[in-house]
Amino acid sequence: MYYRRTLSDAQINRELLHVVFTTPMWWIVIVGLLGLVVGLAVIAVGFMFNQGLGVTGLRQPVFWGFFITNFVFWVGISHAGVMISAILRLSQAEWRRPMVRAAEIMTVFSLMAALTMPLVHAGRAWRIFYWIFPYDWSRGIWPDIRSPLIWDPVAIFTYLISSSLFVYTALIPDLAVIRDRGKGTWRYPVYAVLSLGWHGSPHQWKLQGMAGILLSALILPVFVSVHSIVSWDFGVSLVPSWHVTVFAPYFVIGAVHSGVSAVVTLMVIMRKLYHLENYIWEEHIDALARLLIVVATGWFFLFWLDLVFSLWTREEQEMVVWNLRLFEAPWGWLFLTFFITSYVIPVPLWLFKRVRRSFTWMLWTSLLVNVGMWLERFLIIVPGLVRKGPLVFDYGTYRPSPIEIMIVVGTLALVPFLLLLFSKFFPLIPLWEVKEGQKLIDHVQLGNVEVPALVKEH
Amino acid sequence: MANRKLLGLFQEPQQVADAMNELKASGIAAEDIDIYSGSPFPEGSFGEHEPHHRLYMFPLVGALIGFAIGLLFTAGTQISYPLVTGGKPLLSIPPMTIIMYENTMLGAIIATVLGVLFESRLPKRSLGLYDERITEGYIGIIVDSPEDKAAQAESLMKAAGAEEVKHES
Repeated sequence: MYYRRTLSDAQINRELLHVVFTTPMWWIVIVGLLGLVVGLAVIAVGFMFNQGLGVTGLRQPVFWGFFITNFVFWVGISHAGVMISAILRLSQAEWRRPMVRAAEIMTVFSLMAALTMPLVHAGRAWRIFYWIFPYDWSRGIWPDIRSPLIWDPVAIFTYLISSSLFVYTALIPDLAVIRDRGKGTWRYPVYAVLSLGWHGSPHQWKLQGMAGILLSALILPVFVSVHSIVSWDFGVSLVPSWHVTVFAPYFVIGAVHSGVSAVVTLMVIMRKLYHLENYIWEEHIDALARLLIVVATGWFFLFWLDLVFSLWTREEQEMVVWNLRLFEAPWGWLFLTFFITSYVIPVPLWLFKRVRRSFTWMLWTSLLVNVGMWLERFLIIVPGLVRKGPLVFDYGTYRPSPIEIMIVVGTLALVPFLLLLFSKFFPLIPLWEVKEGQKLIDHVQLGNVEVPALVKEH
Repeated sequence: MANRKLLGLFQEPQQVADAMNELKASGIAAEDIDIYSGSPFPEGSFGEHEPHHRLYMFPLVGALIGFAIGLLFTAGTQISYPLVTGGKPLLSIPPMTIIMYENTMLGAIIATVLGVLFESRLPKRSLGLYDERITEGYIGIIVDSPEDKAAQAESLMKAAGAEEVKHES
C-alpha cells in the first residue's frame, strides 16, 4: 500500500501549485538555456530550408537518417505516457495518481517533437501538405491512400488530438482550483474560461470518472495502432531488414520500453525540481521499474525474433545487413552500445530492490535505456539503406551533418522546454486525483504494527 | 413564489450527509439540492440526487460519424483519381481500413469529450452562488429553496454544522 502521508486539500493545493504561482530562479535559468538550444535548432532548420537538403548528410542511397530516426524515437517516447495512464486508470491502480498527468503531457509534447521531424525531413516543409491533404482541385489529383505517408499523419494526428483531449478533460477540475486561488489577479478571468465554469457537483465528478475510463479504453487501441503504422512505413518497403513480420509488435514494445523509461526519468527530475517528496515515493519508481523489467524482457524477445526471422530465411540481402550491423565498424560498435545500454546494464540492475528504490540509480538507468533505444532506431533504419541492392546503384554511407545534429539536439531540448512551460501554468500532478486518493486511505492495526490500508470503491 | 438560492459551507462529509437528510425531510425536493466539492466522493455519499445521463451513446455515435468520414475520404479519393495498379481492384481495402479505423477512433474520442461537456452542462458562463473555499477542501450544499422555506433551510444547515451560509445576492 502506498498512501502513508496524510495531506490536507489546502496543503496539496499549496505544494502542487507552487510553481504556478511563483517563478523560481532555477525555472528561469533552465527554460532560458533550453529555449536557447531550441532557438539554435530553429535557425538550423531555417538555414536548411534556405540552402536545401544538401546541407545534411543525406546522400544517395541513404535518404532516411537522423530525422527519421528521431521521428521514430519521439513517437516511441510518446507511447508510454498515455499507455501508463490508460492502463493504470482502467485497472484502478492507486499508484497511478501522482504520475498520470506528467505521463500524458509527455505524450503530447513528444508527439509534437516527432511531428516536426517529417516536416523538416521533407526539406520543403510546406510541400508535405500536398501528400496529406487533397490538393490541386483544378487537376483533380488526390492523395494516394495506399501510401504509408498518408497512414502516418492520419494515425499521429488522431493520437495527438486524442491525447490532448484526454489531458484537457482531466485538467478541468484543476483549472478551477487555479481559478479560485487566482481571484483578483489576471489568472482569474483566464482560468475561469479554461475551467468552463466547473463547480464540482457529484454529477460532474461522476462524468469525469467515466470520461477517464472511456477515454482510456478508446485511446489504448489507438496507441497500439500508431506505432504499428509507423513500423509499416518500413514494413511495406522492399529494403532488406525492414520487412520482418514482427515489426509492428517489435516497434510497439520498443516504444513502451523507451517511453516508460522516459516517464521514470521525468518523475525523478520532477520530484527533485518541484520538491514533490510528499507525492512521488520510492514505491512509485519501484513499481515502474518492475513494469520495465517485464517490458524490457518482452522487447528482448521480439528483438531476438527480428534477428532469427531474418537469419532463418537465409536471404542473402538480410544476412548482409545483419553482418554489417553486428560485425563491421562503426555499426558493430553502435550495436554493442545500443544493446548494452538498453538491456544488459539496466535490466539486471533493476532486479535489485535497492536499485529500484534509488532515485539516482533509476535516473541514470532510465536515461541509458533511451540512449540505447535512440541507437536502436538508427540501426534499424540506416544499415538497410547503405547496402547496394536491386534498383540501387551505389554503395553508400551516412554521416550526419552538424545541421542535422543541431536539429536533433533541438528536439531533445524542445520536450523538456515545453514541459517546463506547461508546469508554469498547469499542475504536473493532478490535484483532484491526489485528493481523492487521500480520502480512501486508512490505517489498520495488525498485531503490533499499524499498516496503511486502502478503501476501494466498486 | 420565487425561489432563493443558499450555499452552506461544511468541513466534514458527515455534516453534509446530515444536512442533506434534514433538508429532504423538511420538504425540499432532492432535485433542488446540489453538492459542490473540490474532489470526488464515492457515489451516494451524501444521498444526493443523481441525474440521468446518456454519455455511453456519444462514443457510439462519434465512432459511426468517424467511420463514415473515413470511408468517404478513402473511397472518394480513389474514385476521384482512379489509378489502377497491377490490374488490382480500384478500391484497395487493406489501406482503407487503416484510415477508417483511425477516423472511427478519433470520432469516438472527440464525441466522448463533447458528451462529457454536454452532460456536465459545461461550459457555464457564470459560476453563480459559489465559494472559493470549496477547492480548499470545504463542501458546499446549494439549495434552490422556495422563499418561504429559505430561513428554515438556512437554520437546518447551520444546525448540521455549516460554517457559513451564503445567499444569492
